[in-house]
Amino acid sequence: MAHEVHIAGLAKTYGSQRVLGPLDLHLEAGTITVVIGRSGCGKSTLLRCLGGLEKPDAGSIRIGAGQLRREDIGYVFQEPRLMPWLTVSRNVAFGLRGHPARDDRVAEALAIVGLQQAASLLPKQLSGGMAQRAALARALAPKPELILLDEPFSALDPFSRESLQQHLLHLYRHYRTTMVLITHDMDEALTLGDRILVMQGPPGKIVADLSRHDTKARLREALEPGGRGPPGPQAGAERPQTPLRARAL
Amino acid sequence: MPRGHAALGVVVPLLALAVWQGVTLAGMVPPSMLPPPAEMVRTLAEMAGSGELAQAVGITAWRLAWGFVVGAAAGTVLGALCGASALARALLDPTVQALRSVPSLAWVPLFILWLGIFESSKTTLIAVGVFFPVYLNLMSGIAQVDRKLLEVGVVHGYSRLRRLIAIQLPAALPAYVVGLRSGLGLGWMFVSAAELLGASNGLGFVLDDGEQTGRPERVLVAILLFGLCGKTTDMALAAAGARLVRWQDNAMPVQGQRALQPA
Repeated sequence: MAHEVHIAGLAKTYGSQRVLGPLDLHLEAGTITVVIGRSGCGKSTLLRCLGGLEKPDAGSIRIGAGQLRREDIGYVFQEPRLMPWLTVSRNVAFGLRGHPARDDRVAEALAIVGLQQAASLLPKQLSGGMAQRAALARALAPKPELILLDEPFSALDPFSRESLQQHLLHLYRHYRTTMVLITHDMDEALTLGDRILVMQGPPGKIVADLSRHDTKARLREALEPGGRGPPGPQAGAERPQTPLRARAL
Repeated sequence: MPRGHAALGVVVPLLALAVWQGVTLAGMVPPSMLPPPAEMVRTLAEMAGSGELAQAVGITAWRLAWGFVVGAAAGTVLGALCGASALARALLDPTVQALRSVPSLAWVPLFILWLGIFESSKTTLIAVGVFFPVYLNLMSGIAQVDRKLLEVGVVHGYSRLRRLIAIQLPAALPAYVVGLRSGLGLGWMFVSAAELLGASNGLGFVLDDGEQTGRPERVLVAILLFGLCGKTTDMALAAAGARLVRWQDNAMPVQGQRALQPA
């Protein structure tokens, strides 16, 4: 089951500098929300707060009915962060300790990202794209209710990036999981996002709330320093449900 | 290492042996100071035949094994504790570091006073030598584990203890293996010191006896055996360690493994 995410008054300060917020957001269940912005604007901090890696100074995050366990959130980092001493399949099983259907879940996740043949390899034997696919499989294997992706394709070559983007959309169709993806790539935002939130900062604030139907020029305009988009940051709650994209991939 | 390169390692010892033979044959050094290699081989054969060799090596290896096990166990427990807990590190590490700066041989009189001149004091001295490198390497190995890997544990809901077991300890394994090898090297150094300072058997005793009775060939045999034993045990530990850390992505891949090309 996909969950909606409510963020109210979220703020984070490092030392004396406020890097995020205060931020109010409502992310619809079963959609891909892309947060795009320049480096250092606070978008990763927002995701880290959502994933429990940073403790916000103020505000609240409510996911679904508030009963979500940490294990129900999948997190894909910018780098694969595979445990170098574990094989691919054991890396994918990292979040499944003691799970009764562990082997099935691992096989399923590996099949989704197309890494069945690499199950017994060590991370050092993988290419960058394969390692990131393994990381994606690790996040998927526990069948999370919410998947957070922090620039997961930014370090990859264009071919691997496109392939992984397709895998992600395949996943999305498969599970209809709520996803939040951070990126600084406009094409990626328009390809993947149902909804595209443009962030500027610090302190990180949503300055435009776009959809995948918007043009790249519109997105570029919103990304310019001081750029503003028509719908405000809180307008997401009122937006109609974005239909699942029907593009041929 | 290519086979040809491995063979290169014996060039210098063979050359040294040839020079040694030449120097003694030419009478440049009196035999009472440096006997010819043949004399050393004869002494080695005599000691082997009488059983003295096996006994000396056996006793020394036994002492080293005990000291190594005790020292490595203490280093492992304390290293893991101080590596995993900032509180334990703040509490214990300054004291351990202060003790580390005491020259290890300075403990000998105290150990003899406390534990007597027999086996316990020797084992303790060896254990002290082994302890510090094991402790230091494991502690820093655990404490310096990449934060990014630890975050993977956090996002999967791992408790602190589970993160230690599943992430920090395996990640610290390469440093731990280095610590064990350094500890073993120091163990051999300290077993010879302990036996030189007071023993009636073992390789260190052969060294001392050779000196006291003016038989340099026995001293040289003991030195050779210390070298051979030290090298053999280090190679065994290195081979065992290499199996444990074969996942490391270093410049010299384990034989039989090769990097895959992108799919």
